[in-house]
Amino acid sequence: MSKRIDVSDLNAYYGDFLAVEGVDMVIEPRTVTALIGPSGCGKSTFLRTLNRMHEVIPGAYVTGKAVMDGQDLYGPGIDPVEVRRQVGMVFQRPNPFPTMSIEDNVLAGVKLNNRRMKKADADELVEGALTAANLWNEVKDRLDRPGSSLSGGQQQRLCIARAIAVQPQVLLMDEPCSALDPISTLAIEDLISELKNDYTIVIVTHNMQQAARVSDRTGFFNIAGTGRPGHLIEMDDTTTMFSTPTVKATEDYISGRFG
Amino acid sequence: MAPAPPSERPVVRTGRVPGRLGNRVFSGISTGAGILILVILAAVAAFLLIRAIPAFQASREDFADIDFMLGRDLWGFVGPLVFGTVISSTIALLVAVPLSIGIALFISHYAPRKLAQGLGYLIDLLAAIPSVIFGLWGIQWLQPLVSPLFSWLSENLGFIPLFTDYQAPARNIMTAGLVLAIMILPIITATIREVFLQTPRLHEEASLALGATRWEMIRQAVLPFGRSGIISASMLGMGRALGETMAVLMVLSPGYLINFFLLQPGQHQSIAANIASHFPEASGLGVDVLIASGFILFLLTFGVNLVARWIINRRAEFSGAN
Amino acid sequence: MAVIAPPVPVRRTRRLPSWAPWAVLVGSLVLAALIQFLGEGPTISGVFFIGAIIFTIAITVTSRTVEGERLSKDRLATTLVTLAFLLALIPLVSLVWTVLSDGITRFGPSFLSTDMVGVFGNMVEGGAFHAIIGTLYVTGIASIISIPLGIFCAIYLVEYGKGRLAKAITVLVDVMTGIPSIVAGLFAFTLFLILFGPAYKAAIIGGIALAVLMTPVVVRSVEEMLRLVPNELREAAYALGVPKWLTIVKVVLRTAIAGITTGVMIAIARVIGETAPLLITVGIAQNVNWDAFDGRIATLPVYVYRQYAQGGPSADRAWAGALTLIIIVMLLNLVARLVSRYFSPEGAR
Repeated sequence: MSKRIDVSDLNAYYGDFLAVEGVDMVIEPRTVTALIGPSGCGKSTFLRTLNRMHEVIPGAYVTGKAVMDGQDLYGPGIDPVEVRRQVGMVFQRPNPFPTMSIEDNVLAGVKLNNRRMKKADADELVEGALTAANLWNEVKDRLDRPGSSLSGGQQQRLCIARAIAVQPQVLLMDEPCSALDPISTLAIEDLISELKNDYTIVIVTHNMQQAARVSDRTGFFNIAGTGRPGHLIEMDDTTTMFSTPTVKATEDYISGRFG
Repeated sequence: MAPAPPSERPVVRTGRVPGRLGNRVFSGISTGAGILILVILAAVAAFLLIRAIPAFQASREDFADIDFMLGRDLWGFVGPLVFGTVISSTIALLVAVPLSIGIALFISHYAPRKLAQGLGYLIDLLAAIPSVIFGLWGIQWLQPLVSPLFSWLSENLGFIPLFTDYQAPARNIMTAGLVLAIMILPIITATIREVFLQTPRLHEEASLALGATRWEMIRQAVLPFGRSGIISASMLGMGRALGETMAVLMVLSPGYLINFFLLQPGQHQSIAANIASHFPEASGLGVDVLIASGFILFLLTFGVNLVARWIINRRAEFSGAN
Repeated sequence: MAVIAPPVPVRRTRRLPSWAPWAVLVGSLVLAALIQFLGEGPTISGVFFIGAIIFTIAITVTSRTVEGERLSKDRLATTLVTLAFLLALIPLVSLVWTVLSDGITRFGPSFLSTDMVGVFGNMVEGGAFHAIIGTLYVTGIASIISIPLGIFCAIYLVEYGKGRLAKAITVLVDVMTGIPSIVAGLFAFTLFLILFGPAYKAAIIGGIALAVLMTPVVVRSVEEMLRLVPNELREAAYALGVPKWLTIVKVVLRTAIAGITTGVMIAIARVIGETAPLLITVGIAQNVNWDAFDGRIATLPVYVYRQYAQGGPSADRAWAGALTLIIIVMLLNLVARLVSRYFSPEGAR
């Protein structure tokens, strides 16, 4: 089963600077959870704490708990590398490896980890992941071309295929459509709706309509001012959040009065 | 088929962690390499010093057997060499810096955009030419070329002590300085060019929009912006020129005097060229004396380079350009 | 009563026609040649130098009378800047020409394949085979030490280094690029003198000296290349659960490999022509020394220097050696540029 994550009292720091403070959140399995909020409110930072990518930045660290199926991701003896194999990530800008072919990009998680795989298994994995990412039909004739030869939207779907090829439990998406045109965006959104049958998905987006379209649950982040930490203001079912939010700031943000 | 029936695998495995050993080994090797660089630099200074100490402690009588010291004490021997080193480098700088500024401006602001990079490579090629070939070229090509110029200078401006009594062939400190100038041209040009290219476009356009000619724009926007870059580039070039051996060794007819007769042969010698010319035959204390002079050269260039880098780094912090 | 100012007509400065500078240039060169005829007859360099001076004065004066002071200053600046560039090309061109024309006399297969055993007096035979082998040995030793050391140091600076230590290493690597080559030679000499005593002479001493000079150059260029690798690629690999060291080896180094190769080749080209440190460490030999750990060894730059110092027919061998050296250096530079041009992955910059 894809996994549920319980976040409690999580703080994210950049050196001395507290970027996100006191987040408590439940991320349900096989749902799409959208995180919205104005720029700089810490939603992307929070997202990156869920697969321990936050601490890749020099000086950055996290306190608090993020429990996935009874196991704290920040517990002692947990290796961040192992966490990232369970919790995949798709970035804002498509970033296929420029030195690798389309096929190798999909297999990157296997190849970069020096794992051996039979040719047949590898082919099956490539086709499966690309099919799941709705890209197979477009690229099946040119798997040996470089990944950078694809269009922006195709590259982003290639990155999604690359992420699911390592068979994660959870998929994090950090504004996956912000660098794409409307048609490619639509393709990605359709894909997200399909993927939620198998994965737990958390998506950060600036686009309110997108959050409303693709997500089941929505969390709203906000900051009191620059230099202050971001907070999770409220979280609820997406329909509730967009129709009858309980907090004034949420309503203002959703109705476009700020941010 | 779906690739990833996100299975019933255990969640995050603990225990044997992939890559942790590799990470540790790899970061250990990298950090070790970094530290080794520091160790090497320290070792260079230390080993030279160990061998130089006997020379620093010896008395004039001890040096009597060393024929190339001509009966002088250590400082009487090293002093003229330091003087020769500094004066040849100064000549090189005086020639190279204005020329480099011109070349850098040509490449960054005058040459057509398409050609600029290629022209930059051409200048960089000068840096690739081995110093011994510069030495050959200095004797074979440059020396006869400047000879008539020097004799003209000496005849017409001979009342200035700098230019008195030119004697052909032109194997004097001036020619050596000119060869050095060409050798340090690429490093100075490259550094200055880099800085000029960083001039904020906005400043340049603001100047042009006010009706300035290209030259006025350069004077108003480019040169002030690049001033510290020019200074540090000059010091980098100075560092190079101080330590350059072969060109001086081959072009200059040596002497051990402190004077400003730039056009006379047999007056000056640089530390590096002196080491190269006497080292193969030296023995015992003679070797120590040469190593001691090498240690002084090391300190000299180390200091000049450190100051140059300090200026560059300080500038980089201020302008936010990196 | 309101006064409406009459529109100010746009002032038109008179400009020189575009052919004028060229006309002045031709005139200056002709004049320079005529002046030289009065003396000892024109030479190419004489015409160039005097012509340049006449042109600079003529174009400034012409421009000043027609276009006014500001534009004439601009023209003067343009002229001087262009002259500076042309002046810098003269050494490059004349140097390559001199080496070519003087080196071609002796250069050839026999020069490349014979050594100096049994060559004395005014014999024109003999070649640089032993020196080429020696240069390969010494440069090879330096490369074996510097390339891994330099690459790992650059990896430390870009991927791991932070705080004081990284800053100190960065500054000292920069300073180390300025170490005079003769000082590196003295260092290697004293190192082996203290470790193995005065009798020990071997190619490895020269190799160590060159390694001291080469390492900082490798560090700087590799560091630059690693910093060009976008951070996104590192993050993409981390997010796939790839450990940091594999990310560095398989993503960062793999992406930067073309640039690293270029940098390393240029670093080799830099040290392959070093003369002074080899002059005082490995000396010279007449025959091929196949043992890198024992005995004097000839190297190409030292060979050139020694042959030239002997004069007579040896000078021809010196020029041929110089030609060999310059061919090697230029080939290295050329191949390095081609590698960076054709093997850089798209989208990596």
